[in-house]
Amino acid sequence: MENLQAIREQALAALNAVQDEVALEQWKVAQLGRNAALTQAMKNLGQLSAEERPLAGKQANEVKLALEAAFEEKRAALEGARLRASLSSEKLDVTLPGRSLALGRLHPITQTLRRINAIFAQMGFQVYRSRDVETDEYNFLLLNFPPNHPAREMQDSFYVEGGAPDNPTLLRTHTSAGQIHAMREYAAKDPKNPPPIRIVLPGMCYRFEQVSARSEVQFTQVEGLAVGENITFGDLKGTLTDFAQRFFNANVRTRFRASHFPFTEPSAEMDVECFVCGGAGCSVCKHSGWLEILGSGMVHPNVLRNGGYDPEKYSGFAFGMGPERLTMLRYRIEDIRYFWRNDMRFLEQF
Amino acid sequence: MKTPLSWLKDFVDLEGINLEELAHTLTVAGLEVEEIHYIGLPMPSGLQQTKVSGLSWDPEKLVVAEIRDVGPHPNADRLVLCRLYDGQQEHTVLTGAPNLFEYRGQGELKPPLKVAYAKEGAEIYDGHQDGMHKTVLKRTKIRGVDSYSMVCSAKELGISEEHEGIIFLPADTKAGTPLADVLGDAVLTIAITPNIARDANIYGVAREISALTGRKLKPMPTAVKAAGPSIKGKVRIDIQDKELNPRFVLGLIKDVEIKPSPAWVQQRLRLAGMRPINNIVDATNYAMLELGEPLHAFDYDVLVQRAGGKAPTIITRPAKQGETITTLDGVERKLDDFTVLVCDTAGSLSIGGIMGGLESEVTENTRNVLLEGASWNFINVRKTLVAQRMSSEAAYRFSRGVHPAMAPRGVSRGLELMRQWAGGVVNEGLVDKYPKPAKDLQIEISSADARRWLGVALTNKQIGDILKKLGFTIATQGKSLLVTVPDHRMDIETGVVGKADLMEEVARIYGYDNIPATRLADPLPPQHGNPPLELEERVKDLLARMGIQEVMTYRLTSPEEEARRLPPGTPPDDKPYVKLANVISQERTVLRKSLLASVLEIAERNARQRQRIALFEVGPVFHSSEETLPDELQRLVVVLGGQQQPAGWQAGDAAAYDFYAAKGVVAELLAGLGLHGLKYEPGAHPSFHPGKCARVVVGERQLAVFGELHPQVHSQYDLGSHTLQAITLNLDVLGELVPERFDSRPVPQYPPVIEDLALVVDESLPAGQVEAMIAQTGGNLLAGVALFDVFRGDKIGAGKKSLAYQLTYQHPERTLTDDEVAKLRDRIVRRITQELGAQLRA
Ligand SMILES: [Zn+2]
Repeated sequence: MENLQAIREQALAALNAVQDEVALEQWKVAQLGRNAALTQAMKNLGQLSAEERPLAGKQANEVKLALEAAFEEKRAALEGARLRASLSSEKLDVTLPGRSLALGRLHPITQTLRRINAIFAQMGFQVYRSRDVETDEYNFLLLNFPPNHPAREMQDSFYVEGGAPDNPTLLRTHTSAGQIHAMREYAAKDPKNPPPIRIVLPGMCYRFEQVSARSEVQFTQVEGLAVGENITFGDLKGTLTDFAQRFFNANVRTRFRASHFPFTEPSAEMDVECFVCGGAGCSVCKHSGWLEILGSGMVHPNVLRNGGYDPEKYSGFAFGMGPERLTMLRYRIEDIRYFWRNDMRFLEQF
Repeated sequence: MKTPLSWLKDFVDLEGINLEELAHTLTVAGLEVEEIHYIGLPMPSGLQQTKVSGLSWDPEKLVVAEIRDVGPHPNADRLVLCRLYDGQQEHTVLTGAPNLFEYRGQGELKPPLKVAYAKEGAEIYDGHQDGMHKTVLKRTKIRGVDSYSMVCSAKELGISEEHEGIIFLPADTKAGTPLADVLGDAVLTIAITPNIARDANIYGVAREISALTGRKLKPMPTAVKAAGPSIKGKVRIDIQDKELNPRFVLGLIKDVEIKPSPAWVQQRLRLAGMRPINNIVDATNYAMLELGEPLHAFDYDVLVQRAGGKAPTIITRPAKQGETITTLDGVERKLDDFTVLVCDTAGSLSIGGIMGGLESEVTENTRNVLLEGASWNFINVRKTLVAQRMSSEAAYRFSRGVHPAMAPRGVSRGLELMRQWAGGVVNEGLVDKYPKPAKDLQIEISSADARRWLGVALTNKQIGDILKKLGFTIATQGKSLLVTVPDHRMDIETGVVGKADLMEEVARIYGYDNIPATRLADPLPPQHGNPPLELEERVKDLLARMGIQEVMTYRLTSPEEEARRLPPGTPPDDKPYVKLANVISQERTVLRKSLLASVLEIAERNARQRQRIALFEVGPVFHSSEETLPDELQRLVVVLGGQQQPAGWQAGDAAAYDFYAAKGVVAELLAGLGLHGLKYEPGAHPSFHPGKCARVVVGERQLAVFGELHPQVHSQYDLGSHTLQAITLNLDVLGELVPERFDSRPVPQYPPVIEDLALVVDESLPAGQVEAMIAQTGGNLLAGVALFDVFRGDKIGAGKKSLAYQLTYQHPERTLTDDEVAKLRDRIVRRITQELGAQLRA
């Protein structure tokens, strides 16, 4: 019996000295193989008396199990060490660049238009699009710009050859031209009792202006129009403030200033608190703390009437904003000409 | 409009007001203050809601001084030396101001000249540099004389850009007084939108300030002290078209002395942006700036002379087409029949409301002044301004509308100012022709209107009080208010428009900030989406997912630019351009007809710095039409060139975009939209290589054309080594084809049988035909046919090609037996060998 304890201690000591898998295999042959001391001891169990045999057998078995377990443990340790060694030799330079993939991007203005449209869609405003080439009637006259009106001076138009002298053809100067189309289309559905309207009108507009870092001959605009029987200036403020808080950030403050557009009355410009400096004043907001974002107002009674809506019964609000300006502010873009130049070095940033 | 604070104070008490807050109050009420220009007053620091400019004068360094004598400079004729007292001590100051030369060598001046004196270290504007640049006064030597201080011009103080002489201060100012106490002021530059043309004058702004702040407004200054005999019989008025000239008023002042206006008047005019001329001209300008009624002064004696010594008759009439007049600016002008002339019996005198003529102007010798105030049709004034390319302060106001009631007020004010500044005696009364009196407008409104338009609960009394502050007259009529429009306003209409006009006034004065923000509570309209837009967005997303960058380009271009998309000598198509009538640049003369040209231009711009070009645009092209307005047709263009994947540092797949890559984009795009099995056939389009061009046709209509760019087109762009593939697709056609929905297929539960089939066919046989026949013959059990190799070579033989397909056999409900697959294969092979002459390749 002492012999079995000795075999066990000696074997474990030998295992302790094993350093690699070859030595481990040799140890296994030496300690658990056919000629191992333990194997011999187990063979010799038969020579013991019937009383001694069960206990000795049990002990011998315990030693065997212990040695086998120690072997497994050692084997796992050696394998782990070998894997670690091998992994550490396979180290990559993770600072090398990743393999380039061609990521297709949407133009920044498309991205901005989608954000605007999506925010208004959630408030029930659907997209209504209309033509780039318009008549004076739709672009000006029906929007309450009488001929020779001073407000026309603010909008220099591109005219198209061949239009009627009394109703020239022109490139729309604002998407407001679509307001009349939309109202007339809706009103035609039930002229006596026209349905309410909630639309946004995105589109390309044109102004006869020299191109510079601040102005372009073409620009996108998103107009909005809500018409119904109970729409107030308070609704205008609430809707546009909701928009600003969705578009900029949830806490942004808005400010409404009286302004003038021929097709709305009262008219208002909406400013938002500068999101660059939080209203403390910076170069982006010209140290005022506020950024001009959009023009708006209650739809002028003449415009409602021109659209087929009785201004005694219906009211509404309209607004217009420039996606380029919003994009420029958001990303601090300094030059509006970047948008239509489409240099990949610009486009790839968005 | 430039509005000096000191002038506003004549009409509204501004004691203790914070200028920044005032500017903000005006701005939010629609009188946008673009800038506050400080003339010596302390300037705010920190956050500036309004742009600020100007100087704040140090009370120690900028003071009133008196010049006691003016002596010659020992070394320079164009300089003088002034002996000057600044309240503490005497200094010798050197200056080149020409308006001091007349005092040179006169000895002790009695009384001394009061001037603005800047000491060393004072901040002023540099008088010798063009433009307005601030500088700090430093000690120097000029022509050997030590100089450490100066007497200031208007420019150096930031009052105006005039730098022709120093400014003089009123005689009663005391030497040593800080200059800011005497001249300190601030000028608000207010943007006047067309709807507030009534406020293009000091009194109008004062009225708004009074309404907005509750500070009391003083009455309009229209009193005149007329000590002379009646004007009756001294002049007659003949208005020939009352629509063009609804009112004409004349007043007469006799025995005036023409000289410079008082210093404070000159100061105010300068601050308001006008040059002082003499007391008579200044009085007309001053009255105009103050009340908004432009005035015109005639030399009465010249008119009498022209009338042969009798009382002159002033006639207003439309010009004859082509009639000429020489205006004050010395320009001979040929007039149109919409221009209105002021004439006398001897001929024309001035263009009504715009500019005087040379002959009857006030001169240094004028003794008696006939003063005109009138009312003109603003549309005719506007048309004349455009036709004559003119502008003037008078025309600016008349072209936006001035109420006829202002005419006699303006004339009275002008006469009184002339009397005060030029002496003379005002003849009693005015000659006033008013053939088309303005109607009193009345509008009925109530608190219900405020609720409906503004969403705010205001009582009738609150509404009435607000409107009264702006000069409206209010009467109660049952449950409503009857509002009478004051006779200085032309922007208010009647009826429902008038209600909106009044609601704007109520909202402005009540304050936009005070109107509660609410959410729309009106019923939501029927929702019906925008299918064409939604399709475009899907197309854009699909293309971006294929690694293609969206661009947005100019829709204005030139035929020359667009011609590059076609090989030289391509005959023109039958669709004329939509041409601009007014062109701003030769690069943008027409609306584009080709989206391909737009995108190729962008490809060219990027080709030099890019190994990979993958661009698309969705947008309209414009075709002239028989209708008034051109057709606007939505198109998609994709341009591909260079490597399909961007190059990196690893050696790898650098496959270039070729025809089949472009076809893959077309196929994936259409598949992504649920369109399968569309037919591709050889296409013909002048922009494309004739052998490498395909089209997708559906029924009669062409959906898309794509292929390799024609080499002659390629060479017209600077594209470097890239070979370009392009796709053009008609989105209007696409919209009709894309199914609203489709049925999905279940995922098979049983294993497919996959095997390869290699065929040798004639080179001329289109592969599409082979594939179509395999698919058709395989029927439902053939789940897939995929070409995986095309091979040509000696083993195959000349004029032949090998096509290798992978066929996937699949039964939806069980595993196919070998026998079933063999039968199906045999049927396919038999048919293609018999009908297409294909041979099975071992
Ligand atoms: Zn800021």
